[in-house]
Amino acid sequence: MSELITNFTFITVLLGVSILGISSGILGVFALLRDQSLLGDAISHAMLPGIACAFLLTHSKNPLILLGGGAIAGCIGALLIPYITRHTVIKKDAALGMVLAVFFGIGLMLMTCIQKKSIANQAILNKFLFGDASTLLRSDVYLMAGLAAIILFLVWLFWKELLLTTFDPLFAKTSGFNVQRIEQLLIGLLICAIAIGLQTVGVVLMSSMIVAPAAAARQWTSSLRLMAKLSAFFGVCAAVSGCIVSSLFNRIPTGPAVVIALSIIVLFSLLGAPHRGIVWNRVRT
Amino acid sequence: MNSITLYILLIASLAAFACAIPGTFLVLRGVSLMSDAISHAILPGIVLMFFLVHQLDSPLLIFGAALAGVATVVCTEMIIYTRCLRKDAAIGIVFPLFFSVGVILISQFARNVHLDTDMVLLGELAFAPFNCVIVDGVNYGPIALWLMGVIVVLNLSFVFLFYKELKLITFDYEYARVIGYRPLAVYYGLMFIASITTVGAFDAVGAIVVVALMITPAATARLVSARLLPVLIMSCLTGVVSALSGYAFAQWADVSIAGAIAFMSGLLFSIAFLLDRTLPYGLK
Repeated sequence: MSELITNFTFITVLLGVSILGISSGILGVFALLRDQSLLGDAISHAMLPGIACAFLLTHSKNPLILLGGGAIAGCIGALLIPYITRHTVIKKDAALGMVLAVFFGIGLMLMTCIQKKSIANQAILNKFLFGDASTLLRSDVYLMAGLAAIILFLVWLFWKELLLTTFDPLFAKTSGFNVQRIEQLLIGLLICAIAIGLQTVGVVLMSSMIVAPAAAARQWTSSLRLMAKLSAFFGVCAAVSGCIVSSLFNRIPTGPAVVIALSIIVLFSLLGAPHRGIVWNRVRT
Repeated sequence: MNSITLYILLIASLAAFACAIPGTFLVLRGVSLMSDAISHAILPGIVLMFFLVHQLDSPLLIFGAALAGVATVVCTEMIIYTRCLRKDAAIGIVFPLFFSVGVILISQFARNVHLDTDMVLLGELAFAPFNCVIVDGVNYGPIALWLMGVIVVLNLSFVFLFYKELKLITFDYEYARVIGYRPLAVYYGLMFIASITTVGAFDAVGAIVVVALMITPAATARLVSARLLPVLIMSCLTGVVSALSGYAFAQWADVSIAGAIAFMSGLLFSIAFLLDRTLPYGLK
């Protein structure tokens, strides 16, 4: 155990995953309360064609450039969902699923283009798809920390607007707030959080990183401020325990370990939380 | 056209046809993301069944995967039932957990086997025709073709037998419950069919393109009609057209077949969407 604390690689991975836990934990609160829990899942899948495009155009392995491309594609995908639901009879879930799957399909096509050109560089894309926390570099962690700082600052700055549009969008609108603009801000922030997470846990597990901490925190409190803090705390707890488990036991990948730790926290919260928890309600009735 | 191409086209069309049937009901019922959850969550089912039978091409793997799919639905519905979390949140927590368990099982116990997350997520249609059923030295055609054929028959007979019930739970769940139709049983039946279809099709086209084939054709058909039977038929047709044109596009551009099928289904939806927006009375 003491060996771990002084291990440079372990500290790098731990820092990276904890940063992810904090930023996705805080944003997850808004996603959950706005009933947009799976938006993060759709965006993370939709980022694939952007990443592949950026790689095809620049041949760069720089995560900043690749994630930048991914962010553009994710943005397009995220804005298409409300566009489809507003103009047709298609429901939100179907629009979300379509964006997720079709963008991912386009990403797959572009990936095969890359595979034909260069075999060696294909690994970099696999890293974004499935995530591999053990290959995180110090430079990656600095990038993640920078993105997380932007997220925290913007959430702090627009706290009032986010709170108002989450709980009473109609009142926010009549009070002169631009509700749509705030929604776009939230999508931008989600994209930042997903960019942090892609290299660490990958596309599939990103959904849990966003939803689970917030879902657990929701059971313990009804105050938004406390919920955001708790959610970030749960995110970090899961990150730390996941990292420790994956380095103590050989061959357990970090991402899945973190997700399982998160799920245990959610299960415990669903069962044991006062007022909302299952056990509490059983005992009271 | 040689027999390999013919097999690929047949497998892709049957997969699209099979997916469109449960997909239509999922989309109309507003639970289409369940297909996303199922397609990821079948991983631990496949792995656990593999530990039991030690064979990668055993039909029992499919059974295990379908059970895992149904288990996902049950877990999700249980969380929704507690009223602690909403539907999307419940889905978003349950399927990554299942997927994680699958990944850890593979990394712990099945390192040396050709069983990896790539295979489950991406699939490769181009290899499907080479995995054939051979009994006493006689070649009866690709396994995937037989499998998808059986699933299509299963789906069609399910819809044929329970059409009235499906219609009722899709549009008025509460009424179905009140008049004693056991909507939950029909719903789980539908989910079991969706799981089996996902499992059968993911081997050929990959888990995420299955999601495209379940949701997109149904959404496209929904733009064209507002009646259940026409939507169902249109959605099957659109699915098959996406599969065929996707294969043609993949050949022309030399890219992943599965990706091109998803892309084509999206393109068909975009065309329907644009027509619906520009025509004076819409498409309907």
